[in-house]
Amino acid sequence: MLAAFQAPHLDYAALGPEIVLTATLVVAICVDLALDERSKVWVTRITGLGILLATLPIFYLADQGISGEARVMFGGAYVTDTFALVLKALLLISGFVVFLLSFDYIGEGDYYEGEFAYMVLSSLLGMVVMASARDLVTIFVALELLSIPGYLLAGWRKRDQRSNEASLKYYLLGVLASALMLYGMSLIYGFTGSLVLTDIGAKLGGPAGDKPIVAVAIFLVIVGFAFKISAVPFHLWAPDTYEGAPTPVTAFLSVASKTAGFIALLELTFVAFLGRGDVTRPIFWVLAALTMTIGNLTALRQSNVVRLLAYSSVAQAGFILVPFAVATRDEAQEYIGSAVVYLLLYAGMNLGAFAVVIAVARRTRSGAIASYRGLFSYAPGLATTFSVFLLSLAGIPPLAGWYAKFAVIRSLFVDFSVAGAALGIVVAVNTAIAAAYYLQLIREMFFRPAEEGVDVRPRPHPAPLVAALGITLTLTVVLGFIPGVVARLGDLSTIFTG
Amino acid sequence: MYLNEFLLLSAVLFSCGVYGVLARRNGVLVLMSIELILNAVNINLVAFGAFHGQVDGQVFALFTVAIAAAEVGVGLAIVLLIYRNTRSIDLDQVAQMKG
Repeated sequence: MLAAFQAPHLDYAALGPEIVLTATLVVAICVDLALDERSKVWVTRITGLGILLATLPIFYLADQGISGEARVMFGGAYVTDTFALVLKALLLISGFVVFLLSFDYIGEGDYYEGEFAYMVLSSLLGMVVMASARDLVTIFVALELLSIPGYLLAGWRKRDQRSNEASLKYYLLGVLASALMLYGMSLIYGFTGSLVLTDIGAKLGGPAGDKPIVAVAIFLVIVGFAFKISAVPFHLWAPDTYEGAPTPVTAFLSVASKTAGFIALLELTFVAFLGRGDVTRPIFWVLAALTMTIGNLTALRQSNVVRLLAYSSVAQAGFILVPFAVATRDEAQEYIGSAVVYLLLYAGMNLGAFAVVIAVARRTRSGAIASYRGLFSYAPGLATTFSVFLLSLAGIPPLAGWYAKFAVIRSLFVDFSVAGAALGIVVAVNTAIAAAYYLQLIREMFFRPAEEGVDVRPRPHPAPLVAALGITLTLTVVLGFIPGVVARLGDLSTIFTG
Repeated sequence: MYLNEFLLLSAVLFSCGVYGVLARRNGVLVLMSIELILNAVNINLVAFGAFHGQVDGQVFALFTVAIAAAEVGVGLAIVLLIYRNTRSIDLDQVAQMKG
C-alpha cells in the first residue's frame, strides 16, 4: 500500500529571491513577444528592475537570519543560511551591474536585445539557486542553469567568427567538465548512499570514506569546478572566451560565474569533503600555486587588455583557492570567511575594470594595450578610475584589494603548517609579479603620448555605464578604508552543516 | 545481481568518451563522445540506486538525461553556427585567438 503523499514543507520567504527572479523571467519573455524591435529596451529595464526587487527578500531574511536558525527545506537539499544570503546579495548586485554595462552595448550593436536580458537573468537564477543548493542534484541543476545560457551569451555576435570560437571553446570544455564532475558525483553517491551534502560529509568522515575510489571521485568533482573557476591547468578556455565574447558577457563570466563556481566548491569542500581533508588539501594546494603563478606569468606578455584582465582573473582565482588548500575542520569558519571576503571585494574591482574597458572601447574600438597610451591626456577621469581598479587588483592599500589579499594570507596562519608557509611564499611572489603588469598598464596611460589619429575630443558616456562605474568605484574605495564591513560579512556567512 | 559488471561497463564507456573528446577533431563526434560519458554516469547512478534500494539514483539519472538533452541542443546550435560561417566543423580550424 502506498504511503499517503505528504507535501514537502515550503518556506516561501526563504525562496523569495528565486520566486521574484522566476516571475521576472516569465514577465520578460511575454513582454519580449509583445514588443516591436525598437522598444526591446523595455525587456532590459524590466529584468534590471526584477533583480533589484529580488534583493528585497534578502534584506528581510538577513534581518531574521542573523539571530535565527538556517531555513532548511526538502530534507536538507535546499538551505537558506547566512552564507547563502551574503552570496545571493553579491550575485544579484554583480548581475545588476552587468545589466548596466550591457544596457547600451547590446542595444547599439543591434544584437538580440530581449533575449540577451532573458539569458543573463536565467544564468543569474542558476547562480542564486547554487548559493542555497546543498545536495548533488540541486548543485548539478544549478550549475547547468547558470552555464547553458553562458555558452549562448559568449557566442552572442553570431556573424563574428571570434565570438563563435569563444562560444565553442567555452561550451566544449564546460560540458566536458560537468560530465567529469557527474561521474565523480555518481561514485560519491554510490559509496555513501546519499545525495545530501551533510549526510555525505558524515559518511565520508567514517569508514566509507577510507576507500581509495572516494579520492578519485573527489578529484573528479573538484576538476569539474576547476574548469568553472578557470583554475590552471583547466583555464585554457578562459582567455579566448573572454576575448571573443561581448565585453559585458566577459565581465559576467569572470565575476558572477566564477563566484558561483567558488560557492559550489565552498559547499562541497566544507560540508561534504572535510572528512577527507587529506585528499582535498593537496589538490587545492597544487591548483592554487599553479593558477597564481601561470596566470600571472602569462599575463605579463599580453598585448590586449581583455586578455590581460582574463589572465589576471585566472590569477585572482588562485588567490581565492588559498584558504581551501589549508582548510581544516576545526577552524572551518575562518577559511570560509576569508574566501567570501575575497569574493566580495574581487567582484567590485573586476567589474569596474571591465566597465572602463567598455567605456574606452566605445571611443577607440580597440582592446590593444597600445590604444590606452596617453589616455590620461584626453580622458583623465577614465584613466584615473582604471588606475584605481588596477591598483586595487594589485592589492595596494588603501584600496579594497589589499584587504582581500590580507584575508587570504591571514587564513594561512590560522593553523600553522609547512605546506601553508610554502604557499604563503608563492602568494607573496605572485603579488609582486601581478603588480608589475598592472603598473605597466598604468604607465602606458599616464606617461606615454597618445597614438596618432585618436579622437581626443571629450565625449559623454551613457548614464547606465556611468552608474556602473560609480557603484564599483565607490565599493572599491570605501571598502578599502573600512574593511570591517566585509570582514563582518565574512564572519557572518556560516554554512549550515546539519 | 552483481554491482561490479555495471561499474566496469560504465568505466569502459567513460574511458571511451574521454578518449573521444580528446582525440576527435570533428565537432559532432566530440558531442557524441560527451554523450558517452553522460551515459556512463547514468549507468552508475541507476546501478548504485538499485544497490542501495533507493529511488535517489534513478531520479538523479532522470535529471541528467533531461539536462544532457538541453546541453546537446545548445552544442549542436553552436556547431551549426560555426558551419554556417566557416563551412567546416573541424575543431582545429576554429583557432583564431592564441596566447
